[in-house]
Amino acid sequence: MASGSEREVIIRVMDLKAAYDGQVILDHINLEVYAGEVLAILGGSGSGKSTLLKHMIGLYKPAAGKILIDGEDITAASGATRLKILRKFGVMYQSGALFGSMTLLENVALPLEEFTDLPPEAIRLIALMKLERVGLNGVAERMPSELSGGMQKRGAIARAMALDPRMLFLDELSAGLDPVTSAELDQLVLSLAHSLKITFIVVTHELPSIFTIADRVIMLDKQEKGIIAIGSPQELRDHSDDPRVHQFFFRQASSEN
Amino acid sequence: MKVREEIDALKTMGLDPVRFLIVTRVVAAVGMTPLLTIFADLVGLIGGAVVMLSLGFPLITYFHQIQYAVSYGSIVGGLVKSFAFGILVAGIGCLRGLQTGTGATAVGQSTTSAVVSGIILIAITDGIFSVVYYYLGV
Repeated sequence: MASGSEREVIIRVMDLKAAYDGQVILDHINLEVYAGEVLAILGGSGSGKSTLLKHMIGLYKPAAGKILIDGEDITAASGATRLKILRKFGVMYQSGALFGSMTLLENVALPLEEFTDLPPEAIRLIALMKLERVGLNGVAERMPSELSGGMQKRGAIARAMALDPRMLFLDELSAGLDPVTSAELDQLVLSLAHSLKITFIVVTHELPSIFTIADRVIMLDKQEKGIIAIGSPQELRDHSDDPRVHQFFFRQASSEN
Repeated sequence: MKVREEIDALKTMGLDPVRFLIVTRVVAAVGMTPLLTIFADLVGLIGGAVVMLSLGFPLITYFHQIQYAVSYGSIVGGLVKSFAFGILVAGIGCLRGLQTGTGATAVGQSTTSAVVSGIILIAITDGIFSVVYYYLGV
């Protein structure tokens, strides 16, 4: 299949156009995500980071364009095909989105109960292993409301990993967390990416986090309604001519206002 | 559920929020409202008995008068209504919940809207039941 220098493209966004109520947010988005990389989506508020993510995971229907997940178009799929595509990735939402009426263990076990025929004991064991993998030992029986923000995000990552997906989407990985917890989550992402070869697509605007975890970043812009820069974080910081990229990486205020 | 993205989480897990959240809630409400109605009926009877006793009427008189005034038809009619109200309350609650926008204020707005819609729908449905029961002679 792919030769040594050619990397496998696991997600391909083709000419995506995203719009809310007729107002175009993103237009002509073309993007390739390679298997095994950590890709960060950057941009200021309202630049469409979350919109792009939510299109990639099939929550929103694009106004135009295609999104191929492992070769299959998620935007056109329905029924069993869609389920098959959904099984290939996991999503960690900004607030964790753990179900409040279930314990952490039940949350992680839910996808296993719904989509596998494993006996309850095996499900319990797998769920405990996933929790251990994200560093949550001994809190499996707690309710999500009894956990700290960082632990909730770890729990959400464990749940997203329950069915061993090849891709994980993380929405606002470090938002609302203290620097130490945030750095610990970065280490978790790195270790999962290296040990399990999971592809990560991360929405973030934490500079330290970007430099720690991201192999490649794309930067979105509100006015441009598209990608204004693409490359490794170091490359963009040191060599980009675009003032908007420069402002982002050096935390400068926009000169227009 | 909506504001904290749990519904989105269900969708991307491949689980249908309607089956997972709404059906269970409507079934639970439909099961519980008739029980709640029976409980309320009993409490009403006991309350009436206490008042009548305090006014010096013997319990047996109260009991006979109740038997004379209330038919089994009205009890069953009330239970049938409660089924319909159970569906309405759970249904409108879930509908407004799913329609919730983003942010904490949206939760409050949805709650208010669910209560108002619930009251209006119950009043209308109760009216329809009254007309139907009148013609059926219940």
